[in-house]
Amino acid sequence: MYRYDEFDARFVAERVEQFAGQVARRLAGELSEDEFKPLRLMNGLYLQLHAYMLRIAVPYGTLAPRQLRKLADVARRFDKGYGHFTTRTNMQLNWPRLADVPAILRELATVEMHAIQTSGNCIRNVTADHFAGATPEEIEDPRPLCEIIRQWSSLHPEFTFLARKFKIAVGATVHDRAALLYHDMAVEIVKNAEGRTGYRVSAGGGMGRTPYIAQLMCEFVEREDILAYLEAVLRVYNQDSRRDNIHKQRIKILVNAIGAEEMRRRVAREFEEIKAQGYLRLPQEELDRIAAYFAPPKFEPIAEPVAEYEAARTKDKRFADWCAHNLAAHRAPGYAIATISLKPIGGVPGDCTSEQMEAIADLMDAFGLAEIRVSHEQNLVLPHVKKRDLPAIFARLSELGLATPNAGLVTDIICCPGLDYCDLANARSIPIAQKIAGRFADLKRQEEIGELKIKMSGCINACGHHHAGHIGILGVDKKGVEHYQLQLGGSGAEDAAIGEIMGPGFTAKEITDAVERVVDEYLRLRQPGERFLDTYRRVGMEPFKNVAYLEQLHAAY
Amino acid sequence: MSKRATDPQILTANRLIDGRVVYWQGAGWAESLAEAEIFDDPEAADAALKGAARSVAERVVVGTYLFAVRLDEGVAVPVKARELIRAAGPSVRRDLGKQAEGLFSPPPVHAQVRHARTTPGPARDPFDVSI
Amino acid sequence: MPLIKNGDWADDEFATVADDAALPEGAVIVSLARFEKERAALLARNARLGVHLAAPQSPEALGEDVHRLSVVVLDFPAFKDGRAFSWARLLRTRLGYTGEIRAHGAFLVDQLAHMMRVGFTAFDGDARITPQALASALGEISYRYQPAPDGQKTIRQLRAR
Ligand code: SF4
Repeated sequence: MYRYDEFDARFVAERVEQFAGQVARRLAGELSEDEFKPLRLMNGLYLQLHAYMLRIAVPYGTLAPRQLRKLADVARRFDKGYGHFTTRTNMQLNWPRLADVPAILRELATVEMHAIQTSGNCIRNVTADHFAGATPEEIEDPRPLCEIIRQWSSLHPEFTFLARKFKIAVGATVHDRAALLYHDMAVEIVKNAEGRTGYRVSAGGGMGRTPYIAQLMCEFVEREDILAYLEAVLRVYNQDSRRDNIHKQRIKILVNAIGAEEMRRRVAREFEEIKAQGYLRLPQEELDRIAAYFAPPKFEPIAEPVAEYEAARTKDKRFADWCAHNLAAHRAPGYAIATISLKPIGGVPGDCTSEQMEAIADLMDAFGLAEIRVSHEQNLVLPHVKKRDLPAIFARLSELGLATPNAGLVTDIICCPGLDYCDLANARSIPIAQKIAGRFADLKRQEEIGELKIKMSGCINACGHHHAGHIGILGVDKKGVEHYQLQLGGSGAEDAAIGEIMGPGFTAKEITDAVERVVDEYLRLRQPGERFLDTYRRVGMEPFKNVAYLEQLHAAY
Repeated sequence: MSKRATDPQILTANRLIDGRVVYWQGAGWAESLAEAEIFDDPEAADAALKGAARSVAERVVVGTYLFAVRLDEGVAVPVKARELIRAAGPSVRRDLGKQAEGLFSPPPVHAQVRHARTTPGPARDPFDVSI
Repeated sequence: MPLIKNGDWADDEFATVADDAALPEGAVIVSLARFEKERAALLARNARLGVHLAAPQSPEALGEDVHRLSVVVLDFPAFKDGRAFSWARLLRTRLGYTGEIRAHGAFLVDQLAHMMRVGFTAFDGDARITPQALASALGEISYRYQPAPDGQKTIRQLRAR
């Protein structure tokens, strides 16, 4: 993975001291809260319901064991001994003191970590496929480009006071695991007709109050021009976006107001100019230099089938279940990609204790695993595991309460912090997710249901990606009481779609039953091989709506 | 600023240095909801909110606002779940926040008894936020 | 109103003139609207001229005339409104303007380093914007990842040495 050189290290160290100075000026009264707020947000610091919240960047979701240990360490020393992994693949501390934040950042800098641009109206932490570098499907590892984008976007002098936040994701597979088209800008690594590798760029996606799927900006950008193209998009956005209404300031609103065609024209004009001036050309040597950091480990030649692994699966039903759901195909024979579910039934989705983080780091060291990934689905992923090590790894994960066999199943719910922590929330999301997971806890039943992505947000900001859920749940406030809207048919994958709102919301007491009735109706209606999403697309909202409101109908009569 | 003229109100903020939730208790800021001054009079509440600008200027607190409560046997119970959760801590982590630090009082027994008398079923805890 | 130029206090040699006020003798700064209306007369005056652009106004509106201006003032109605960062850059790159770019309005000390990078050369801000504050702001971050109109070497260029 990427390692800082002297320049990166000094950059981050100085950024920490710059922020420490801003905190000091705030405490000394030289900055008002109105002035300090955007500055602290730009460094990941929020003020939430109970306390400050610090969002620590995990660039493109990749962590080394020493970094995981440091996260555990700061969570224990400066917080309450746990962290929360988010849909932006970052990690949040829920209870830091303002006065301690500079010290936390200094600690993080010792392991090449920071909180730069994890919030604020700037270019945010770049995300990627969590299977990057390990999946057999990809054209190439997207993370070198992510790192190049991270560097280009860090304290970008022109784009640090944008109209709103700007999120970029990079993918390199046909099967999209990074919700690419829901980003302000999506970069897909593709091959053109001549077999040359380059980038397809889309822009204007986003969730929130006005969800949009990103629109194509350029079918093929040459490798050396990618930064020029990104800069062109950002420049058009910074110049032309509205600034008069906070709800209409994302790039998605601009793209849809002027139309994709006009957006492409404006971007092309900037792009041609930047290209002609040549200052953002990305030489192949630089790409190669960065890519070298991401070279995969040397894979041992291992013959399939792997006897120890197969034997353990036959012998141990729990292990077999875990393998069936939490493993994905690896590019090298004898290896697998293993998902560590952070969704134990009844737990808080995405939360991980310091002890668990440290134990995972120890486990990584014990099995020679140099890196771990954070997925936007709020799980952790071990990208390069030897199959023969899996029984031992599973045993250790089981002891840690981290072996829930539910990756991709109905209890693997994406869920934002909601009203239990978040100042912007309308309703709680975690207890609803817990109740739904409890309802479907039986693994047999989950397997019967198959792939079904439930995603839940505590307000319209959609941190829990509810628009992209096969079943999306949105917390709303109805006269001071928490209510929950159901949305069906969304997808954050390559078949991206925005979920359709079913109708009036449900109370906290009703929503779990409503979800269960919808799922049961799917089981009744589905044709062989159909996922929930497929059935929904075939039959539409009506049959689900007819069953979901059962209680309300009874109450009305 | 005042919500419904009929609901009493409490003045709250977050402390600047550590972000903790605090309540105006007449002469300063308290950490527990039970110590908060209850404003029956909307004008007095608005005046207290205005007065809190001084605490903001002195960099003691940020984000001052009023919220509505109902009196349950003389105990102020926030109308909205948001304020109950701010007062107690995360409802999904009863081991964290004020509820775990002795800064959030459990509901008085007499309040439960009263509920048991007036509503059918088990006694309702006015502070209960379970889902 | 004192001004910061070249890292130090400087007198503002320009009179900023309201749209309906009579033009005084000497160097003046006018709005884009007035410039467009009285263009010929303004350019014919034997005095230096500046134009004050509002935040939504692109300097492209000045066209080739930009080269006859001595100062372009870019406005920060609120420090969060970062359009002027792109306008300054556009002045330096697309338009090739080499004169003074002056920031006016509600910007923060914390923005000065970025402003210098994209081409601002003069600062007309609140009481906190002082030469000392500028100097310390510029010293906060030693290295930069992006090429910008200030011509400073990027980290990639430094690495290549
Ligand atoms: S979706 Fe809303 S409630 Fe949930 S974390 Fe985001 S802002 Fe908070």
